[in-house]
Amino acid sequence: MKISRRKVVVLGTSAVSASLLPLNLLAQSDGQSAEDIIKEFTGGANIGSGDIMLTTPEIAENGNTVPISVESKKATAIKILALGNPGPDVVTFKFGPLSATRSASTRIRLRKTQDVLAIAKLEDGSFIQDIQKVKVTIGGCGG
Amino acid sequence: MAKGVKPRIKVPKQASAGEAITIKTLISHKMETGLRKDADGNKIPQSIINRFTCDFNGSNVVDFDMKAGISVNPYFQFEAVVPESGEFKFTWYDDDGSVYEKTKKITVS
Repeated sequence: MKISRRKVVVLGTSAVSASLLPLNLLAQSDGQSAEDIIKEFTGGANIGSGDIMLTTPEIAENGNTVPISVESKKATAIKILALGNPGPDVVTFKFGPLSATRSASTRIRLRKTQDVLAIAKLEDGSFIQDIQKVKVTIGGCGG
Repeated sequence: MAKGVKPRIKVPKQASAGEAITIKTLISHKMETGLRKDADGNKIPQSIINRFTCDFNGSNVVDFDMKAGISVNPYFQFEAVVPESGEFKFTWYDDDGSVYEKTKKITVS
């Protein structure tokens, strides 16, 4: 087979973009990858968008304690993932019969600038998500 | 039991039935991630609070599963509805097996 110069250029660019793709979700993790954690939580179901609001600061000066809050009116459980952390799984909020608004606030650690993902499981069994980018000035995972 | 663990809780003393009340909790805990190294380069083992629950008169309000990504001195804020007067029970579960409990009474008018 004769390979023209044009073909070589096309092959080269597609190889580069393919190698860049997995970087988005597969941030270096010591334990479970973010994909595994999501699969475990949703059981492989599709995740849509909808009534879920994740509030994070746009810029976090100190990654050791980043205030976040999440609200989704019909959620029974909400999972928070920090996609750039060594352990992406951060916290799972489960709401019982006596919880009022399905909202919760806490403070989390972020190693570096990254996306924070919230996935809510709704009463009807479907899943919705919201994602926010947080810029971190000083990372907060030790090590 | 880990040293210096002290739970603090803020719950209104009174509420009307069916009202959504805001609860704030904080427990002092070092939340060691298991990623840090000491001066000799040995890994410091993970030691965190891995679960927090809040119940009202035996009925569940919230149940939070925590991992190492939660900051030092875990803080939570959430809302609850109170159908009648009673007692909130807050429980924290430590990695080392200890359990910290605290209760708060509320009067519903």
